[in-house]
Amino acid sequence: MYSTEYLFQQLFNGIVFGSMYALLALGMTVIYGILRLIHFAHGALITIGGFIFYIFFTIFGLPFIAVIGIVIALGGLLGVVLDVIAYRKVVGGPEVSMLITSLGFYIFIENLMKLIATPQPYPFRPPVFLDRVHSDWFITFRTVDLFIIVTSVAIMLLFNLFVKRTKIGMAMIATAESGETARMVGININRIINLAFIIASAIAAITGFMWGAKYGQISYDMGFMAGVKAFVAIVIGGVGSIPGAMLGGMILGMLEMFSVAFLPPGYAGYRDGIVFFVLILILIIRPSGILGEKEVK
Amino acid sequence: MQSFKDNLQRLNRPLTFLLAVPVLFLLLWLAKATLSQYVILIITFIGIYIVASVSLNITNGYAGLFSLGHAGFMAIGAYTSTLLTFPVKLREVFALAYLPPMLGGPEFQWPFLPALLVGGIFAAVVAAIVGIPVLRLRGHYLAVASLGLMILINAVAMNFRNITRGSIGINSIPKYTNIWWSYGWVVLTIYVVWRLTNSSFGRAMMAIREDETSAQVQGINLLKYKLLSFTLGAFFAGIAGGLYAHLSGAIMPWVFSFNLTFQIVIMVVVGGQGTIFGPVLGAVILIVLRYVLKPLEEGLTVYGLVELIYATLLIFIMLRKPEGLLGVRRKLSS
Repeated sequence: MYSTEYLFQQLFNGIVFGSMYALLALGMTVIYGILRLIHFAHGALITIGGFIFYIFFTIFGLPFIAVIGIVIALGGLLGVVLDVIAYRKVVGGPEVSMLITSLGFYIFIENLMKLIATPQPYPFRPPVFLDRVHSDWFITFRTVDLFIIVTSVAIMLLFNLFVKRTKIGMAMIATAESGETARMVGININRIINLAFIIASAIAAITGFMWGAKYGQISYDMGFMAGVKAFVAIVIGGVGSIPGAMLGGMILGMLEMFSVAFLPPGYAGYRDGIVFFVLILILIIRPSGILGEKEVK
Repeated sequence: MQSFKDNLQRLNRPLTFLLAVPVLFLLLWLAKATLSQYVILIITFIGIYIVASVSLNITNGYAGLFSLGHAGFMAIGAYTSTLLTFPVKLREVFALAYLPPMLGGPEFQWPFLPALLVGGIFAAVVAAIVGIPVLRLRGHYLAVASLGLMILINAVAMNFRNITRGSIGINSIPKYTNIWWSYGWVVLTIYVVWRLTNSSFGRAMMAIREDETSAQVQGINLLKYKLLSFTLGAFFAGIAGGLYAHLSGAIMPWVFSFNLTFQIVIMVVVGGQGTIFGPVLGAVILIVLRYVLKPLEEGLTVYGLVELIYATLLIFIMLRKPEGLLGVRRKLSS
C-alpha cells in the first residue's frame, strides 16, 4: 500500500497544480460570465507569459520582481489588444462567432510563437532562491511550489475583495449576471469587458511563469491544454460562479495528480483523457457543476 | 459576384445535380489522364477534406452547434477500417491482433467498403453516446465536450498499444482509396446534405440554429435534431478518416489531433457556414494553399507558417465577412 508520506506528497502536488488551474479558471469564468465566450485564447496568454519571463529574466537578466512586473503589465496589455481587435467587433453577434474568433486568435498566437521560438521546448529555470529543494521535512518540495500556492491564494483573495468591495468590481459582477440590466443602470459595459480582459490576461501571464517553473520547460503549445482544462475546471465548479471556478481548479489539479499517482503505471498516459472523461461525466450527472446555478437563457 | 451566387443557387435543382456529376467525373478522368501522380494525389486528398468539411457543416453550419471533435471521429473511422482491412499475413509482423470470430475470425480480411461503413457507423455511435447528455444543455458545452472527446480518443489511440500500436501508428495499410473512391463519397456527401437542406429535417435544424426557443415552441424536438445532425456529421467524418487511412497507407494518433479539427473548422467558416458549396471551396483553398506554401515553409525553415496563414484567414473572415465567401449575409432582427 501507499505510505502516508506518499499520500501527502501527492496531495501537495495536487494543491500546486490546482492553484494554477484555479487562477486560469478565475480569469476565464469572469470572461465567460460577461461575454458567454469560451476564451480559447486565454491559453495563449500562458505561453506568452512564460516566454516573456524567459526573455527578460534568463536572457536579459533583469531582477525577479521587475520581471514579474513586466509579465503582469505585458499580459494585461495583450488583454486590451485582444479585446479591442478581436472581440469588440463580434460582441453582440452570434455567440458562435466569438468562439470561432477566439479559436482563431489562439491558433494565430500559437503558430506565431512556433515561428519565432522554433518548435523545440526551452529549459526554464526560476531564480535560484525559488529553486531550492526542501526534502528534510515530511514531504519534498521546492520553494517555487510554496510561491505558487501563496501567490495564488493572494491573487484569489485580492480578486474577491475587488469584486465585493470596489464599485467597479461590483459593476463587473453585475454585468456578468445581466449585461442588459447593467447597461440600464449606467454601467459602461465596454469598459467592464476591457477590465475583465486586462485582469484575466495578467493573471494568465503570471500563471505562465508558474507553469514553466513547475514543469521546468516552456514551449509554444504549452498553453493549449492548460487553457482547455481551465474551462473544464469551470464546468466542474459551476459555470458563472467565481468560488466555483477556484474549487473546480483545485479539484482538477487533485484529480490529475491522483490519477497519475494511484493508477497502475500503464495508465499514466490517460492523464488528459481522464480529465475529459470527468468533464463528460459531470455534464451527464450535474451539468450546473458543484456550486453553479442552473443556467437560464 | 451576385450572378455567381445566383448560379450556385441554381445548382440546388435536381437536374443540375444529375448533370454536374458526370461532368465532375469527366473532369477527374481528364485530370487523371493528363496530370502527374503527385497532383492526382493532392486532388484525392482534397476530396477527403471535402467529405470532412461538408459533413462538419451539417453540425456547425446547419444546426448551429459548434463541434470541435471532427478529427476524433476521423480517427475512429481510420482506425476501425484499418483494423478490419489489414492483411492477415502482415498481422503477426505488426503485432496486431487477429479479428475475433464475431468479425470474421483470424483468417478474414474485410473488403474496403463494408470496413469504411463500419468505421463511419462506429464514429456515429460514439457521437451519439456523448451527444445525448451534452446536447441537452444550452450554451456551447458541445465545443469543449467534443474537443475533450477528441483528446480522449487520441489518448486511447496512444495508449491502447495492443490494438492501435500506440504512438508508432500503423503502416502498410492497403491503399484502396483512389480518386474515384474519394470523389464518389464527395458526391454522396454533398447529395445527402443537399437533400437534407430541402427536407423537413433540414428545416428543423435551421430553425434551431436561428432561435432555439421559437423552434421548441413550434414543436421541434431539439435533442432529436441536434443529435441527428451531430451523429450524421460524425458518420461522414468516420468515412473521411477511413478514406484517409487507405490513401496515405499509414496512421498515427497525432495525425488526428487539434490541428486537423481546426483546419476543417476553417474550411467551413471560410467557405461559408450553412452553404452547400462553401465548405467545398474552403477545402480546395486551404489544401491548395498548403501545397503551394509547403516548399516555402521548408525552404525558410519557418514551421507553423501554413497554420499562421490559416489562422489569419479565419480571423480576417470572422471580422470582415463572417458569413464566409459563399454565404449570404443574414439580417439579424432583435
